[in-house]
Formats: sequence, C-alpha cells, structure tokens
Amino acid sequence: MSKIIVVTSGKGGVGKTTTSAAIATGLALRGFKTVVIDFDVGLRNLDLIMGCERRVVYDFVNVINKEASLNQALIKDKRTPGLFILPASQTRDKDALSMEGVQTVLNDLAKDFEYIICDSPAGIEQGAQMALYFADEAIVVTNPEVSSVRDSDRILGILQSKSLKSEQGGSVKEHLLLTRYNPERVAAAEMLSVADVEDILAVPLLGVIPESEAVLKASNQGAPVILDQDSEAGQAYLDAVSRLLGEEAEHRFLEVQKVGFLKRLLGGKK
Amino acid sequence: MADVCFQMKGTAVTAVVMDLYDYSCAAFFQQLKEKIDSAPQFFNASPLVLNLSQYNGVLQPDQLIQVVASCRELGLQPMACKAVADDLLSTVRQLGMASLPASNTRATEIQAEPVSHIQQAEFRPSMVITKPVRSGQQIYAEGSDLILMAAVSEGAEVLADGHIHVYGPLRGRALAGVKGDTDARIFCRQMEAELVSIAGYFILNDTLREQCWKQPAHAFLEGESIQVAAI
Ligand SMILES: Nc1ncnc2c1ncn2[C@@H]1O[C@H](COP(=O)(O)OP(=O)(O)OP(=O)(O)O)[C@@H](O)[C@H]1O
Ligand SMILES: [Mg+2]
Repeated sequence: MSKIIVVTSGKGGVGKTTTSAAIATGLALRGFKTVVIDFDVGLRNLDLIMGCERRVVYDFVNVINKEASLNQALIKDKRTPGLFILPASQTRDKDALSMEGVQTVLNDLAKDFEYIICDSPAGIEQGAQMALYFADEAIVVTNPEVSSVRDSDRILGILQSKSLKSEQGGSVKEHLLLTRYNPERVAAAEMLSVADVEDILAVPLLGVIPESEAVLKASNQGAPVILDQDSEAGQAYLDAVSRLLGEEAEHRFLEVQKVGFLKRLLGGKK
Repeated sequence: MADVCFQMKGTAVTAVVMDLYDYSCAAFFQQLKEKIDSAPQFFNASPLVLNLSQYNGVLQPDQLIQVVASCRELGLQPMACKAVADDLLSTVRQLGMASLPASNTRATEIQAEPVSHIQQAEFRPSMVITKPVRSGQQIYAEGSDLILMAAVSEGAEVLADGHIHVYGPLRGRALAGVKGDTDARIFCRQMEAELVSIAGYFILNDTLREQCWKQPAHAFLEGESIQVAAI
C-alpha cells in the first residue's frame, strides 16, 4: 500500500522543500521505495536541494500533458537507492496542473512506490490545495513564530475540509514539524516555545528541527541535510523519520546548550 | 471536479450594523474614526449594514454618498442599507449596495415570544463538532445549540441561534443567539476569545481580558451589556 504524504505550511520559506528532501531521503534510507514530487510549479527548487537540477529533462507538467512518460520524467537519485524525484516545470505556471492530471500521475506512482512525498508551494490557494488534495497524511511545517503558526492553523482547516479524505468522511493524519527552532531565542522569549505551538495547534509533534548552518551548507552542496549525520538538523530529521514510521524517539535539541569556554574559544560547531 | 461552476447556499453573515441617527460630515467622520481606532481588529474590513430606520429627519442622497465614502475610507465595507426611503433607493443602487427591508432588525426589535414559541414547537438537536475549528473556518448551528469539543482557533468563527459550549480553548469569535435570542449563553473551558456576542451585542478581547481570562467562564446578556462570569 502506497502512502501519499504532503509537506505543507501556508506561509512561505519555512522549510517545506528542505523537509520534503530530508524526509524522502530518510524513508529511502530505511528501505522504502520513495518518490518526492515538486508541486511548486514555476519556482522549482526541490531539484536543487536534491542536487539533480542538471539532470532534469522532462517534468511533472510534461507528464500531465502526456508529452513524456512517467519513466522519462522520474530522476533516480544518485546517492540513495530507491529514491526518485519528479521535478516541477520552471517555465509553466501553477495553472498547468489539473486535478485529473495529478490524480492520474499519483495513481501511476502508487503502483511502484511505497511513499509519495508532495512538496507543496506556499500559500493556501489552488497550488497548495492541489498538493494536499490526495494526501493520506500531512506534515505541517511551522516556524516558532505567530504568523507561521496562524498559517499552519489555516492549512490544517483546509486539510480537514478540502481534501479527498475529508470529502469521503475520513481525515488526513496530521503531523507537526517545528523547524528553524532556536532554543536561545526561545529562552529570550523572541520565539514561541514547542509547548506554545503545541498548545495552539494541538497536533501530534513529529519533530523539532533546530536552526542550523548545516541546512544551508547542504542545500549549497545539493545533498539533503539528513545525509549530514553529524549535524543536529540531520539527526533531528532522522528522528522525525523514525516517528513517522511509528517508532518512539525522544525529542532532542530543545534546550539551550551550555557551550564550554574552550569550545567557545575555538568556535563550536553547530 | 470542474463540471459544476457554482452552488447556491443560504448562509448567515456576521456584519456590523450602524444605526445612523444624525449626520454632519465632520462629526460623523471623527466619531467613526474614534470608534474604529478603539477596536481596529474587529472593524478591519468588516462588512457593514447601514440602518436608516432611526434617522432623525430626511437623509439626502449626497449625504448618504458621503457616509458610505467615509465608511470605505476608514476600511469598512458597506454592503447594504436597511429601511431605505423610496427617494434614496436609486442612490443605494448606484453605490453598489443592497437594500434590505426595515422589518427584521434583530438587535433592536426582538420579541421574546416568537423565540420561545420556536423552542416549543420544534426540537432541534444540538450541533456537535468534534474537531478543532481552525483559522478561516466558520461553523453555524442554525436553529440549535452548538457544542464544540476541541479548540476554536484565533481567526475562526462559531455561530449559533442557541447557546454555544466550547470544551477546548475559545480563541476565535463566538456569536450566540444570532437570530436575536437574548437568553443565549456562551460557555467555555478556557476563555481567550477575540469577540463574544449575544443577540447582536458584543464585547471584544480587551474587555474579555479583564475577567476570567484563560479560565472556565460563561457569557450572558444582562440588559444591553454582556457579563462574563466564572463557572
Ligand atoms: N533548520 C533550518 N536551519 C536553518 N535554515 C533553514 C532550516 N530549514 C530551512 N532553512 C532555510 O530556509 C530557507 C527556506 O527553506 P525552504 O526552501 O526549505 O522553505 P520552503 O518552505 O520550501 O519555501 P517556499 O515556501 O519558498 O517553497 C532556505 O534558505 C533554507 O536553507
Ligand atoms: Mg519550497
């Protein structure tokens, strides 16, 4: 049975694409055949984060318009076995996706893949609604600040009213992923805490990804941060994948770390 | 999905009603501005119904145009006029607004009798919502009470013709007795509402913060003012 998971947020720039790349890679590392789809038509950057931008020939819109077959458009990841990328088009706009077209592609993918990860565009409009419509589960990516939390709340409302699952009387399984978490700024009351966000959204917590330079480094190198297993962000994403698979894992990196004098002198590595 | 272009539905829209008593250009603008500044969140882009039934004297077409222009300038969205005299009808139409009959003014002309009459004649089970009501969503329990078992988020709105009970935190807007039942009440486990309204009377977040904030509380109407008390 194939599972469709949408990575969504409402607000832009909170870490959806970073998360889609990391979670998809993590699931493949755990042995599941996984495809990650870029729904951000016109602003594609999943292929950059995955480091396969030079191998994009055909894209999602070509497949929907039957200008290419799915197999022609799917890009096999070079690093992680069992991982494929379906890139977005850079030249079209969001209207190029049709609900029927998306459904056909997802049905075809479901025959081959155990996990289908959909990287949603920002916003709550048509593009975002298209990305979440067929989802079985949703990872709602939130930054610890009021406007991001409010947008996540909105997208949660849409998930439970404008998705196929909800129209059939069921519900989309919800996961909260708090990203760019900075314990120092939480302690200084400049950011909401994990408890604040959980209290407002009341959605089970899939993970907390700390703010980390490793993420920027990873995207520059075109290698999902989950592969950088020395980094806190990479480890936090590994934990999140475990929880997604139903395993228990303690939440880490929530507290301000006491940096020793020597380490501070030498420059601690995040 | 694309076959049907639209669907018609009845709905209840919450709007601010302005009873216009008197009009002089400068005073009107000044007073409206003060009112809006006192609760900008509440009035922000709020739909507005202009009620002319209590106007002293005769409102001229150009005065009506000024009233509407002032309202728009201050960010309100006038959508309809109520109790419009015949010679103002064409002006109202020109302004792109609807004209409503004078009769069903609910906040001012509630008769206790029909309400209790309805309650006896027909039993309507309460509407029960088990999932959170999220920002941007609206739930209306028509002709009944509304029971919400999870949170009502900031930016969400819940309405009922009867009482409203909220077993999660109430952070959005709650409007009970929207058809004019002054006996309607709002009960909640955790009062953090943006707005609480009963039979058209309302109080806002800043007032609510003074009493039972984040505590179990209920709101009810006493005369023309809403009381909030612990439960
Ligand atoms: N944990 C993190 N620590 C530091 N930087 C991060 C983290 N997560 C994401 N970022 C940075 O935030 C920016 C936005 O990330 P990303 O592109 O994943 O967001 P998005 O939600 O997909 O954006 P969009 O809405 O534009 O699609 C990027 O520059 C990324 O490197
Ligand atoms: Mg993105």
